[in-house]
Amino acid sequence: MKSFEYIITDQLGIHARPAGQLVKEAQKYTSDITLCANGRTAGAAKLMMIMRLGVKKGMTVTITADGEDEDAAIAGMQAFFLEHL
Amino acid sequence: MEQIQGKTIFNKIAIGKVLLYQKNEATVKRRHIDDVGEELRRFDAARETALSQLDQIYEKALAEVGADNAAVFEVHKIMLEDDDYLDSVRNIIREQKLNAEYAVAATGGNFSRMFEQMDDSYMQARAADVKDISERLITVLCGGSTAIRRIGEPHCTDSVLSACPEDGQPAEPVILMADDLAPSETVQMDKSKILAFVTRHGSSNSHTAILARTMNIPAVIGIDIQNDWAGKTAIVDGYTGTVTIDPDPATLEEMTAKMQEDERKLRLLKELRGKETITGSGKKIHLYANIGSVSDIALVLQNDGEGIGLFRSEFLYLESKDYPTEEEQFRAYKMAAETMAGKKVIIRTLDIGADKQADYFHLAKEDNPAMGYRAIRICLDRPEIFRTQLRALLRASAYGNISILFPMIISVQEVQESKRILESVKAELRESRIPFKDVEIGVMIETPAAVWISEALAKEVDFFSIGTNDLTQYTLAIDRQNPKLDAIYDPHHPAVLKAIQTTIENGHRGGAWVGICGELAADTTLTQTFLDMGIDELSVSPSFILPVRKAVRALS
Repeated sequence: MKSFEYIITDQLGIHARPAGQLVKEAQKYTSDITLCANGRTAGAAKLMMIMRLGVKKGMTVTITADGEDEDAAIAGMQAFFLEHL
Repeated sequence: MEQIQGKTIFNKIAIGKVLLYQKNEATVKRRHIDDVGEELRRFDAARETALSQLDQIYEKALAEVGADNAAVFEVHKIMLEDDDYLDSVRNIIREQKLNAEYAVAATGGNFSRMFEQMDDSYMQARAADVKDISERLITVLCGGSTAIRRIGEPHCTDSVLSACPEDGQPAEPVILMADDLAPSETVQMDKSKILAFVTRHGSSNSHTAILARTMNIPAVIGIDIQNDWAGKTAIVDGYTGTVTIDPDPATLEEMTAKMQEDERKLRLLKELRGKETITGSGKKIHLYANIGSVSDIALVLQNDGEGIGLFRSEFLYLESKDYPTEEEQFRAYKMAAETMAGKKVIIRTLDIGADKQADYFHLAKEDNPAMGYRAIRICLDRPEIFRTQLRALLRASAYGNISILFPMIISVQEVQESKRILESVKAELRESRIPFKDVEIGVMIETPAAVWISEALAKEVDFFSIGTNDLTQYTLAIDRQNPKLDAIYDPHHPAVLKAIQTTIENGHRGGAWVGICGELAADTTLTQTFLDMGIDELSVSPSFILPVRKAVRALS
């Protein structure tokens, strides 16, 4: 199991559009990927659950990947967060 | 007539007939099913159809409102692939053996409530997206297979497959009123048929609000819509957020005029924004704006004013209970100079007295106030008031391009005395090392005396500004406050025009440029005359800037 933390810099936080892109990114991997923020956890492949976390600018999100391709998943997620959020 | 106050989304006016857009979403029927497998297949097929509809809508939105606004439909597609949403629908079908329509309605209701309860207004607005995809699925499930749902088309209900008329599109453009509008509904509507949107729910953050702004359609939200409004005439005032049902003739006339004025302005702006005020043969004049307070500057910029030709400083005195301090004045003048960003800002010193009174000046009542103790006469008599204003003006000059204009001048001595006071204030500032710039000095030409001595005055100043309102009053000896004399108060009188011509000629001869800041400057029937006389500048109310520019550009 691998994880990393990320502080959101996007003005709107994890809003609908990047949440949608995040889901697509997460679906590329077989590992179980989760997002943890605000004391709640959501599967990275579940759009409405991610949006429900209500992640805003300045919040810290912990991204965890667990599975065979967890290294690739973490790298992919890191790249995604840096670029979009 | 009934007037309801809501919240405005887009500043524009619309007048037209009301079309109530009703969805009847409450009528999805709960029905037990026997064949779970068949119901699940039916749901999956509906989902496929909905996804391909969203592809079409996305393409339409992309073409009409751009990629940013179209992105919402991509989100809708992803929502339709959301595991939790789909699991919830399938579970209800499978476990409770209920029909797909009901399963979707129940799931959509739960998920949208979940978003509504979030404390973030952006996420609250997403509830509309969940409702939108759920309604789309239900429509497909009950046979409404057209990709583009029509306005006025009732939402399909239970098993009555033929309930959707093929074309519910209104013949005439309408004001569309609805409880709420889903983004996909907004985008799919034929824009040429929609005059305005009015909704009960929604937020200024919602996609529909953003779309309305992008599409330039007036919109008001938060209106408690009544069923009996259907087909009635309504006015949507996007400036104030007011919706008027069954307006009385006076209101209708007033708002029609406002709307036409709006349309005219918009057309002019499109046509003339950023263009020079220049005649066909290449004669260029400056077209500035008259303003009465700092808040009017926005109007100047909106209407593409090339500068401020007359900033009446009286507002600072009239709005105040005591003499405005140097600091208060400085802030107002500085803001004007900064906001106009290097464009000319001509500020007229205090012109109080006559019809403009402030209690703390303790001005005695006069029998003939227009010819009384006013303007520069007060300033020279009470130099402490004058000096405060001049200090504020000079200090503000460091922040832009300020000119100072003295009102009600009748003699060369008055100008010399005013300049002497100005110089002594400059010396004070220099001593205190307070920065200021060189300012142009001008005088108002609004008395016949000033016209006659204009050649001598021109040698004292940089510019003239002809105040045609007072000049007409004094030239014709007509009190402009007396309504009985309206009929003979004629600013086109040959004597007035002759006075203007003399002023322009003498000004130029003495080395001063000459402008007109009275109401006559906006009279486009005289634009040709003024240009022929050799006018250098016209200063008009912000709303007249573009009409006058149009008139100048139409001249040969």
